[in-house]
This record gives sequence, C-alpha cells and structure tokens, in this order.
Amino acid sequence: MPTRKKSARMDKKPAVRTEALTRVFEPKKKKEGKSIRALDSVDLQIEQGELFGILGPNGAGKTTLLKILSTLLLPTSGKAYIAGFDVENQFNDVRQKINMVSGGEVSGYGLLTVKENLWMFSQFYGIKSKVALQRIDDMLKDFGLSDKKDAKVRTLSTGQRQKMNIIRGFITDPDIIFLDEPTLGLDVNASRIIRDFILQWLKDHPTKTVVLTTHYMVEADELCDRIAIIDNGKILACDTPERLKKRVQMNTTLSMDVTLLKDTTVFRTFEGVESFTFTEDGEKGLTKLRFVMRDESGVSDIISAVLGQGSRIESLQKTEPTLEDVFIKMVGKGLE
Amino acid sequence: MSDGWVIRNLRAVKGRAYPRIIGAKREPSWLFFEIVLPLFTVAAYAYVYQFMDARAELIGYVVLGGAMTAFWLNVLWAMAAQFYWEKEIGNLQLYMIAPISRMSILAGMALGGMFSTTVNAASTLVIGALIFNVAFHISSPFMLVAIFLATMVALYGMGMMFASLYMLFGREAHHLSNLMTDPVYLASGFFFPVKYLGAWVAAGASFIPITLGLDALRQMFFTGAAEDAFLSLEAELLILLGLCVVFLILAHYSLRYMEYLGKATGRLTLRWQ
Repeated sequence: MPTRKKSARMDKKPAVRTEALTRVFEPKKKKEGKSIRALDSVDLQIEQGELFGILGPNGAGKTTLLKILSTLLLPTSGKAYIAGFDVENQFNDVRQKINMVSGGEVSGYGLLTVKENLWMFSQFYGIKSKVALQRIDDMLKDFGLSDKKDAKVRTLSTGQRQKMNIIRGFITDPDIIFLDEPTLGLDVNASRIIRDFILQWLKDHPTKTVVLTTHYMVEADELCDRIAIIDNGKILACDTPERLKKRVQMNTTLSMDVTLLKDTTVFRTFEGVESFTFTEDGEKGLTKLRFVMRDESGVSDIISAVLGQGSRIESLQKTEPTLEDVFIKMVGKGLE
Repeated sequence: MSDGWVIRNLRAVKGRAYPRIIGAKREPSWLFFEIVLPLFTVAAYAYVYQFMDARAELIGYVVLGGAMTAFWLNVLWAMAAQFYWEKEIGNLQLYMIAPISRMSILAGMALGGMFSTTVNAASTLVIGALIFNVAFHISSPFMLVAIFLATMVALYGMGMMFASLYMLFGREAHHLSNLMTDPVYLASGFFFPVKYLGAWVAAGASFIPITLGLDALRQMFFTGAAEDAFLSLEAELLILLGLCVVFLILAHYSLRYMEYLGKATGRLTLRWQ
C-alpha cells in the first residue's frame, strides 16, 4: 500500500470552504409531505493536499453536500467556495478545477470501447487527443485494465467498470476530485486497487485535494487525513481519525457473540455503559453485542445478565476504540 | 486543462459526436429500423398514388418524405428526449460539471445525429427511387445544398431547444416525443404537398423547419413541383435561415434557464445519483 505523509497542508487558500451551507428539499406538492433539511448550516474547510472524508449513514447529507460542491445543486442558503470560487455564481470557474466519480456509476456508452469512452470524456475537458490517449494507456496499466482497452464497456464487470469510472475522473487531472462512495459494492481486491491508486495520486500530486464520502469505516480510517462525521445534515465532528478516536479513548469496547439471547433492552441501563448496539447473525444464530464502556465496572453485570437469560457466550473481546466507536458515539447508531 | 475556450468546446463537440457516428457502424440493427421501416410507409402511399394513377412526381414526394422521416425521428428521439436518457445513465451530471458550454454537448449530439441520419436517409431515398422508378431533376445543386443545410441546422436547432426543455422531464419526454411523431407527419406534409392543407395550417406548420425544408426540396428535385409549393424557394430559404437563428438562440437561453432550474430543484440527477 502506498504511504504518504498525511495532512500535507499548504499555506494557500482552502480547496473547499463552506459557510452555514443549508439545503432544504421542498416536496413537489404540499400533500406529498414535509420539506427535508438535507444540509443544516454546514461549516467546513478543506485544505489543499488533503484527503478529506465525509462519513455518515444513508440520508445523512453526504451526496447533497458533494452535489452542491460540484455545482449540480444550489444551496438554499449559505455559501460554498471551491478554490476560492463561489459555486453559485462562479460555477464555470469551479468546473475547471473539479471532477467527480460516484460509486455504482454506469456513465458512458455501452457500445463504445473503454478507450473510446475515456477519450470522449477527456474531450469535454479540452485535453488534446494525443495527451488523453497517453494518459488512458498509463492509467489503464495502473488499474490492470490494459487488456480491456478495446473491450466494449457493456462487457465489463462491476469492478472493471468502476475502475474505468475512476480513471475517467482522474484523467482530467483535476485540482479537486469528489469521490462519492467510490468503492461501493466492490470486492476487496478492486477496492484495494482503487484505494492504493488514490493514495499514490495524492503522493505524486501533493497540491491536489480529494474529498471522499464513504460508508466504510476502515476506508475512511486508512485513507483520510481528516474526517467529518455527518448525520441529519449536520457535521457532528471533524478531525483527524486519531484525534476522533481519542475522544473515546477513555472508553473500552466490549464485543460479545452470544446465542439464545431473549432480551437486549436490559443492557442499555447498566452502569458504565456509554452506548450499546447489537446485530443479529441469523445464519449462525448469533447475536453480536457491542458495548462502549465508560469504565469496566459493569462488565461482570453484563456477563451475568447474558448468562442469566440462558445464553451462551461464544466469544468475548475487549477492544480499543475504533472509528466505528466514534461514529456510534456521535450518531447514536452504527452504519450497517 | 489545455488550450482556450473555443478549442475546448470544439473538442467537446467532436467528443460527443463520436458515439453517434460510430454507433451506426456498431449497431447494424439500426439500419433496418431507419432505412427499411420507412420504406414500408413509402410503399403504402406510393401504391395508393399508383392505384389512383396520380402524377409521377407525387410518388417522388412520398419517397423524399419517407427519407426525411429519419431526420424527424432522430430529432425527436435522439435529440429532444436524449437528456432524459442521459440523466438515467448518469451522463447528464458529468456533462453539467464539465468546463464547457452545454451547447457544445447538444451541438455534438446534433452533428453526430445529422451525419448518421443523412447516410440512412440517403439510402432510403436511393432504394425508394429504384423501387418506384422515381426520376430526380436537380436544377441547382448549390441551392439544394443550401436548402438542405438550412433545413438541418434549423431542425436540429429545434431539437437542441427541445432537449433543453425536456431536460428535467422524466417519462413525460418519452410521451411527448410519441405525441409529436404522427401529427407532424400530417401537418408538415411528409407525403403530400403541405399547400393542400390550406394557407393557415401550412403557415403554422412552417414553425417546424422540416415543413418548409421538404417543400423546398420537392421544388429542387422535381420539375413541376413549383405548382405544389407553399412558398417560393427563396422565401423558404430565407425563413429557414431565420429559424436557424431563432432556434439556436432559444436553445441557448432555454438550456441556461433549465440548468438553473435543475440546480435549484435538484433535478439534474436522479435521486440516488
């Protein structure tokens, strides 16, 4: 995996800045329901050279934020600037600085080959054909897709298609690239190749900026210099992964896989429990309990309560805080 | 980014025209739909005229009209409704964030469509002429080219305007294109001289550039067609040139307005995109 010095900040104007950015979606007809406040007074500053992550559950406002920053959506109120340009009034200047790739994207034309599709999109950025074709060759090689250069796009697998999309975004050499869940639905290997490419690209281009939304905690933890946790349109926390984890450093996490558990509500009231979540693994007949503990005084009570229900403890693990713990603490629920 | 704004936009036009030009070669099934199917309609009208022992040029009008249907269908389905499909597959948002004029995307679509459709229309014209023994007498090739180009630019200009107006539509775009197919065949006089619909109807239909384009092309291709003409060749050329300007300007402004509206209402992308 490529390594790079995180937060290679420059003393220049920020790549992205938002001031009280708010977006409200009104229903088409009043009877169709209430308006939705997708973004609520978001203040953010992303520096040049940063790999900035936006982490949040479905409907948190991540994509709305990216749409505004990429000039596809107007804010209801507040301001957003890309490289100093106002996204609302100077969108033509903004568009010269950016590109965007979304997870699960099916853009392009199926009857064109991979090379032709990438060339076509490069033309919308005015790149000379010779330069574009060279970049296409180089990047296809980076992604291990050289043998698919002349394959029609409709014949590609999901992973191959997403690699092509990533190339489409990076081929224009943007100053700021927005990646909306770029590894969504990909297997481990394809995700790894994309993550490595992003890291290597930033290492090679230290003044460029990547803004990434993701569902995957590990991805955010591994890649990002800073992370904003967003829920219900609000930024709940924004810091480096290390500092975010320090916020729950005093807490320990107790993970338990148990069988035959009847009642999970009792665990919320135990002394020392900061937060509690659980998931059911129906296939294995397991309930996975996860406690973020303020102190360890309640551990024996928890174990007694589990055993008291006639359950069997299959595994027990005490872990240090992870980004997921931070997320649960901030949002009050997990991502899954 | 490289080069200036004009070069960048010219490259964008070339980029967007490419799939249309190459598409015709990659999808031979289109040839059947765009060349052979219009011949069935042509045959129906031609046999009626033959049965009625009508003037020979009327069969020529039908063959010419049949060939020109390819352009009307292309404008309706591959121009007007195109942004709807582009939004569905996620291309529209990529066009929107590109640092180019949106008119370049539409111009690329129009040029690519014009090129591939001209090949198809010419094939229909030649095959139809051979089957029904149609004789063409081109009096002025220069005027013919001028009228054809003016018709194409005005027609595709109208397509660009529709594409802008349809941009935020969903399935409605599909329905509107359906709605505008057959009535225009009638109103624009695809298979008979529009003059016989009466001056008011012909004048109203003249806002659709193919009406006057067809009328003028008939006058160019067939001797004796002048007596069936709605207006003189020169007047029709002038009006077509006027329509070119009007539709391109309307396309530009409607595109700007619809982009603004799309950004304001969040309809440039599908909800999940």
